[in-house]
Amino acid sequence: MSVWEYAPAPESRDLANLRPNYRPFVDGEFVDGGGDPLTSLNPATEEPLAEVGTASESDVDAAVRAARRAFEQVWGPMPGAERAKYLFRIARLLQERARELAVLETLDNGKPIKESRDSDVPTAAAHFFYHAGWADKLDYAGYGPDPQPLGVAGQIIPWNFPLLMLAWKIAPALATGNTVVLKPAETTPLSALVFAEICQQAGLPAGVVNIVPGAGDVGSLLVRHPGIDKIAFTGSTAVGKEIQHAVAGTPKRLTLELGGKAANVVFDDAPLDQAVEGIVGGIFFNQGHVCCAGSRLLVQESVAEELLGKLRARVSTLRLGDPLDKNTDIGAINSAEQLAKIRELTASGEDEGAERWTSPCELPERGFYFAPTVLSGVEQSMRVAREEIFGPVLSVLTFRTPDEAVTKANNTPYGLSAGLWTEKGSRILWLADRMRAGVVWANTFNRFDPAAPFGGYQESGFGREGGRTGLEAYLHV
Amino acid sequence: MATASSPAVLADATRDETSLSRFLHGLPGVDQVGVEARAASLGTRSIKKAAKLWAIDTAISMVDLTTLEGADTRGKVRSLAAKARRPDPDRPDTPPVAAVCVYPDMAATAVEALQGTGIGVASVATAFPSGRSSREVKLTDVRLAVEAGAAEVDMVIDRGAFLEGRYGHVFDEIRAVKQACGDAHLKVILETGELATYDNVRRASWLGLLAGGDFIKTSTGKVSPAATLPVTHVMLQAVRDWYDATGELRGVKPAGGIRSTKDALRYLVAVHEVAGEEWLTPELFRFGASSLLGDLVLQRRTQHDGHYSGPDYVAVD
Repeated sequence: MSVWEYAPAPESRDLANLRPNYRPFVDGEFVDGGGDPLTSLNPATEEPLAEVGTASESDVDAAVRAARRAFEQVWGPMPGAERAKYLFRIARLLQERARELAVLETLDNGKPIKESRDSDVPTAAAHFFYHAGWADKLDYAGYGPDPQPLGVAGQIIPWNFPLLMLAWKIAPALATGNTVVLKPAETTPLSALVFAEICQQAGLPAGVVNIVPGAGDVGSLLVRHPGIDKIAFTGSTAVGKEIQHAVAGTPKRLTLELGGKAANVVFDDAPLDQAVEGIVGGIFFNQGHVCCAGSRLLVQESVAEELLGKLRARVSTLRLGDPLDKNTDIGAINSAEQLAKIRELTASGEDEGAERWTSPCELPERGFYFAPTVLSGVEQSMRVAREEIFGPVLSVLTFRTPDEAVTKANNTPYGLSAGLWTEKGSRILWLADRMRAGVVWANTFNRFDPAAPFGGYQESGFGREGGRTGLEAYLHV
Repeated sequence: MATASSPAVLADATRDETSLSRFLHGLPGVDQVGVEARAASLGTRSIKKAAKLWAIDTAISMVDLTTLEGADTRGKVRSLAAKARRPDPDRPDTPPVAAVCVYPDMAATAVEALQGTGIGVASVATAFPSGRSSREVKLTDVRLAVEAGAAEVDMVIDRGAFLEGRYGHVFDEIRAVKQACGDAHLKVILETGELATYDNVRRASWLGLLAGGDFIKTSTGKVSPAATLPVTHVMLQAVRDWYDATGELRGVKPAGGIRSTKDALRYLVAVHEVAGEEWLTPELFRFGASSLLGDLVLQRRTQHDGHYSGPDYVAVD
């Protein structure tokens, strides 16, 4: 028993305005989807939250037709300055309804309210503000005069940052004059359907944004639909590969943002306490459900022991529990399926000889939870060092020299992000040149800004989202 | 493997000026962006109900109620002592503060006013606040405070010497002051606002701990910025690291600029989560403050009464 127990400080669940039913959004209206309805669960309690209508083949058809018509007749021809007004309006509405969206996101996804409130929702609004600014300046984006939109974009997003990934997809598409049909993830469809409401509130012309909930089959319909000009997908590498097969030989443009097995590389001259913070944020933020998570820690042998001591002490202070509690640092794993994957891969690490240390925190009786775990003595040859874990499990490896650090960090088929920790500026520049990763953070981790392009190398995907570079994914240039 | 702070290395660190300098510059750097982000993020903890009441009472018991003005009189010190004994006369269950902090010439008055209360008298010394005088004058200042009955001495380090890199000089001076203190507890004021960088704050913290300071304290309150959360994070980390290396518990005192209960709670959260719960005691954590106590009393009443009363119900002393 601690001398100072923080009293429960739950955010009110009522703020989410949860409704028993949510429906697909097609051509500016909520419609009864023809697919089998799905039930969205609260992963923190395993209780059902709401029933969600899903799209059938004819719903997807209708959505694509509506998007095409909106593109040709309204949104495509509209001057950029006019499109910007809608995007600014959406951004402001996201801010106005921020608390509602944060609570809803936490209920549906399991992430701590602290994160949905301070990170997901404000960053989603920031993406709309940022891209609203581009809408009338595309001539000056560096792609030559008068770059043209692609048409109808089919967008498929994951469950780890439901609203934020929606913003990453929809904001640049709309700013550049495209219309969209978006499929939210099967386990986290709710915030996307509230976003549809916001589109109505903003007076967005019908058909510009369509939301078609469903499982992989709906995604597959979108990918194969002949009326779609571009597919943007964020999710697993395996599904990304299927999508690339499916669009091969078609005129569809494709961007993929897939998995990762990022290395956080800590040198002996690093600011150790802040490196510990960066490592903790890198792997435990959002329960490790982050494609760019720093799931491998590469630490120089000479400071490994000291760093690990500090790391374990710090991880022990992480508060796991009710995601709605404002003091919760680690929430629930999004689904039983994901929890099983994390357990399996962690066990494989132990079987292969890694030493397991788990934070001594209590787990709630109901719900999907996994205590923060550090596996030390991991080698590059182990599965847990090679496969994406997408959970709160850190693999610790060591290195002796900068060259060895580079070799080990790059020894992965992925290449989404990397973190470097050293007080030596020249070494940061030397390493950044050699890291095969789309994003390289120096003395920080998981920093996002709408102005900074994000994307991967190799099996982490291609194309960039965010910044001026991200606009290209939605333009004929 | 000898880490930077193993006991053997610590013994070696103070052998001579060169070793001391090498040791302090060998400490890991502090990344400004990182420490400020961590302080801001811990600042969002939501402390409610019983946890808040406990924190308010604990914070009251950690206050070094301070008056350090040229205009201080015996009357002013006596009224401060009265408030220290009973911060909220309507509610006798309100805990007393930890100490009253005054200039050396006022120490005797404070001692007399606090006789038998268990509340300590802390006196600043060593040519406070600038520390710009000879060693002899500084030590005489300390003796003046101790002879007047001060149980705690808050000294200032020679920031000029520190910034010149003459760490040995600063170290020797702290040692000498510690000796002059006798049984009195020594708080070493780093004046972090003049040290400017977090790296310097970490080095000065270790210097103060190596030289035998019982507490390391952020500021005099006469220089802006005074105490800040990130600076206090760095110092809390230093006493934690010191404990891990030596098994000795040393204290931290942020001073200056902490005026509201909300601020005080953020500091206590930092104490709890950066140093550890062992530090949640007046033996190891203090607030150097004058106006903070009033707000703590006001918020304490609000928690007990279920409604806000207003500043007119709290003594102004």
